[in-house]
Amino acid sequence: MSKRLGGSVFDGLKFRKVSSPIHSLDPRMKFIYVIAVFVAAIVFSQIIPLLVLFALQTPFVLLARVQKQWLRSLRGAAFLALFIFIINVAGNFFTQGYNLTAANWENAASMTLRFVVLVESFSVFFLTTSPDHLGLALEQSRVPYEFSFAFTTAVRFVPVLAEEAQTIMDAQKARGLELEKGNFMKRIRNYVPVLIPLIVSAIRRSLELAEAMESRAWGATKKRTNLFALKLHGGDYALLSLIVGLLAVALYTFFFVQIPTIRGLLGFP
Amino acid sequence: MLMLNVEDVHFSYASGVEALKGVTLTVKNGEFVAIMGQNGAGKTTLVKHFNGLLKPTKGRILVDGVETTKTSVASLARNVGFVFQNPDHQLFSETVEEEIAFALKNFGYKPTVIEQRITWAVNLLGLTQYRKTSPFMLSGGERKRVALASVLAWDPQVLVLDEPTIGQDHQQKENLRQFILQLQTQNKTVVIVTHDVEFVAECNPRVVLMREGKIVADGEGKDILTDTKVIEQSSIVLPQVAQVFMRLNVKEVPKNVIDLYEAKQLLLKMLEKKP
Repeated sequence: MSKRLGGSVFDGLKFRKVSSPIHSLDPRMKFIYVIAVFVAAIVFSQIIPLLVLFALQTPFVLLARVQKQWLRSLRGAAFLALFIFIINVAGNFFTQGYNLTAANWENAASMTLRFVVLVESFSVFFLTTSPDHLGLALEQSRVPYEFSFAFTTAVRFVPVLAEEAQTIMDAQKARGLELEKGNFMKRIRNYVPVLIPLIVSAIRRSLELAEAMESRAWGATKKRTNLFALKLHGGDYALLSLIVGLLAVALYTFFFVQIPTIRGLLGFP
Repeated sequence: MLMLNVEDVHFSYASGVEALKGVTLTVKNGEFVAIMGQNGAGKTTLVKHFNGLLKPTKGRILVDGVETTKTSVASLARNVGFVFQNPDHQLFSETVEEEIAFALKNFGYKPTVIEQRITWAVNLLGLTQYRKTSPFMLSGGERKRVALASVLAWDPQVLVLDEPTIGQDHQQKENLRQFILQLQTQNKTVVIVTHDVEFVAECNPRVVLMREGKIVADGEGKDILTDTKVIEQSSIVLPQVAQVFMRLNVKEVPKNVIDLYEAKQLLLKMLEKKP
């Protein structure tokens, strides 16, 4: 797999303008949906409901036609997922007197799956929501414009910074910097020649941005109006009913249903 | 003696964009090559292969006989110095001399040698008075020279300059030209990536013209920069001298002239003939 930043997790969060039923949904509703999935994923620690939650995202991905980028973000998260799995297994192994049961394996798998569900739902949200829509949603939720603007600007500049970091790394590597060389502390120090130019140029860029904005009369009017206003449409209500349904089923299952385990189904002790 | 040997190189970025679509190029030791072409033609992508920052997805590149995929950027960089377009992408030290010392330390030079090299490099680029100054306090053109000095300091056999003339005034460009000529006399290989037609016309190097990930023309500067058809397709304007000669439209003078001195001689000769 390519080590270049441009082709990793960031790609899985980068918005591309496509028209699809998912892209045109109200960002506020999508955000509530992500929160609902989040809550459900935190509430359940068993593998089967988490699998259901995982599967629940796929129709969104397919409808929005962002499979490629979505898979890329999952691939980017694979390393962390593996890390979580190993930590879970190792933790159980050492605390239980160097012994592992089927329950431990299943538990580690569901912890990993929980992480994957969180990543994939966020990924779908960012892949299908334009920064402009996001800013609009914040504004209409009565967040002061200064804050929503700062937020959307920050989101917009993530890919720019990622690209810049790559260029800086290239420039320093061309001068003999070896990032992967040395022990742990040395490796952290290796990043100083990358971080300083990155921070300096980010500050310089923010000052330039501020000047450009002021020269275009930013903040001249106290009360802003928008050309586009977010309104809920049919699809949004459909999503709302899905959210309510999801939460209702989740609550019911949590309190009244005995969730079977994979090891139980397979007949392990 | 071949310095760079590019054999049918293809390269695609992770995003799926195919930036190089089969590039074949050889550069001899001591040659001076200008790579030109419009934005997005793949110029920078190509030169990033020369020190192994990018590895071809298909084909191969030999630098001084060594295949780039078989060695590290750090070891290739000793042979191939690469100065990036924007100096702000590399400056990070507290003083100019520390900035120059960075690469030398990475390559494991002895402190006494490092000291000598710094003195040599700041002297060469007129930065002696700024030795103890922070690079961030310098002007854009000066920062660019610091970046150049920090690469020249280890005396690489091949020097790649990405857009070296951007933000430089006429005097600095002339210094740069003299400087490249000086490197030529030391038999160094110099590759520049540039849009600056006038600068190329003054230097008169071998010109490699790229378009959409391919090389579309390769030859002497005076032939390529006066080929109106090729030039137009690559969104480059003719050098001013060539424009004058095109418009003169006189049979006695050749069309492929880009050098000011040569142009003057030709015009004088032509005028002398006229009664």
